[in-house]
Amino acid sequence: MLRYVRVKEDRKASNLVGKRKETDHPILHWSSTMSRPGNRRPEYHKINRDLFVLTYGALVAQLCKDYEKDEDVNNYLDKMGYGIGIRLVEDFLARSYVKKCHSYSEIADLIAQVAFKMYLGITPSVTRNESSRNEFSLILDKNPLVEFVEELPAGRSSLCYCNLLCGVIRGALEMIHLTADVKFLQDRLKGDKVTEIRITFLKKLEDKKYRRKK
Amino acid sequence: MADEALFLLLHNEMVTGVYKSADQGEVENGRCITKLENMGFRVGQGLIERFTKDTARFKDELDIMKFICKDFWTTVFKKQIDNLRTNHQGIYVLQDNKFRLLTQMSAGKQYLDHAPKDCYSHESWGFTVFPTLLFFCLSCTSVRRILSEYHIEYLAFTCGLIRGGLSNLGIKSIVTAEVSAMPACKFQVMIQKM
Repeated sequence: MLRYVRVKEDRKASNLVGKRKETDHPILHWSSTMSRPGNRRPEYHKINRDLFVLTYGALVAQLCKDYEKDEDVNNYLDKMGYGIGIRLVEDFLARSYVKKCHSYSEIADLIAQVAFKMYLGITPSVTRNESSRNEFSLILDKNPLVEFVEELPAGRSSLCYCNLLCGVIRGALEMIHLTADVKFLQDRLKGDKVTEIRITFLKKLEDKKYRRKK
Repeated sequence: MADEALFLLLHNEMVTGVYKSADQGEVENGRCITKLENMGFRVGQGLIERFTKDTARFKDELDIMKFICKDFWTTVFKKQIDNLRTNHQGIYVLQDNKFRLLTQMSAGKQYLDHAPKDCYSHESWGFTVFPTLLFFCLSCTSVRRILSEYHIEYLAFTCGLIRGGLSNLGIKSIVTAEVSAMPACKFQVMIQKM
């Protein structure tokens, strides 16, 4: 029969480095790790981001094993991103206290400067398409999702590695009653210079039932 | 800085996605759990490498387990493991009373229609004892779910995470999980002696 012994933390012994005087600051007694120089904080966030990036990589690797065609993988990632986006938008709105937007360009700026910054730590630049008022491009110089990816695997040349992002944006916009078509135009992994996400706002979803005549 | 919400949502989507795209046979024989666990394994290996780049050498197995419980768990789930037990013979039980990946779920008993999914991580030569037990469990409880097996699929990834982390620290293990009462759960780590 197994007997489990509770591992007791010997707080005094393990947390003291050498002999400490009673006049020491109480916070230093917290743990031996905290007494290291203050470069712990940024590492904490970085590891968190690494967790997400590595998980995403493992997911894509598993999908590549399960599906032979690139389009299937891309569609799957897009659908998954959609599922994430419809929930993420609530979290975003709760945290960001943004004001109501009055134009598509404001929304595109919001996505790039607030949402991307909040969740991925990057700020893509927004370019507008001159010919159409509804098309915007997010240009990503640095894409944290591909930090550990050197190149696409052999035979997967049309794989959109970050297609999850497209689904997330599409899902999030749909929850605020805006339909949009989001896709990758350029991808650094495929040899282009930058990564470009094109957002095309389609007709606004309107609930005809509640439209009142003023 | 990837927010916690993003990872949580991705994890949940992964679990639902794996089960949606699997057929009944795969669900029953636990292949979905294996997939999730293998993903967790890869992530755990990579994560522990980046994490222990600057840390001091570990003295022994217990030191490694304490590291997993304190630093590793704090970084990944923003809290420490609440209770670590061991029999000093290679079995450790990590108890988390408020597991981050389960706090968003309801603790009600209304969803009893899922087939039980025991979570085992696979080590090819350490798997001899469990097949008969597993088959027995699956066959007699296919209709209702045992309380301890709620939401095992949501723990599969984390089991893999622990196993992957330990693997890159030089420890071969088998990690299983059970949910005692939502959102508390226990991870049992069995060290495989070389």
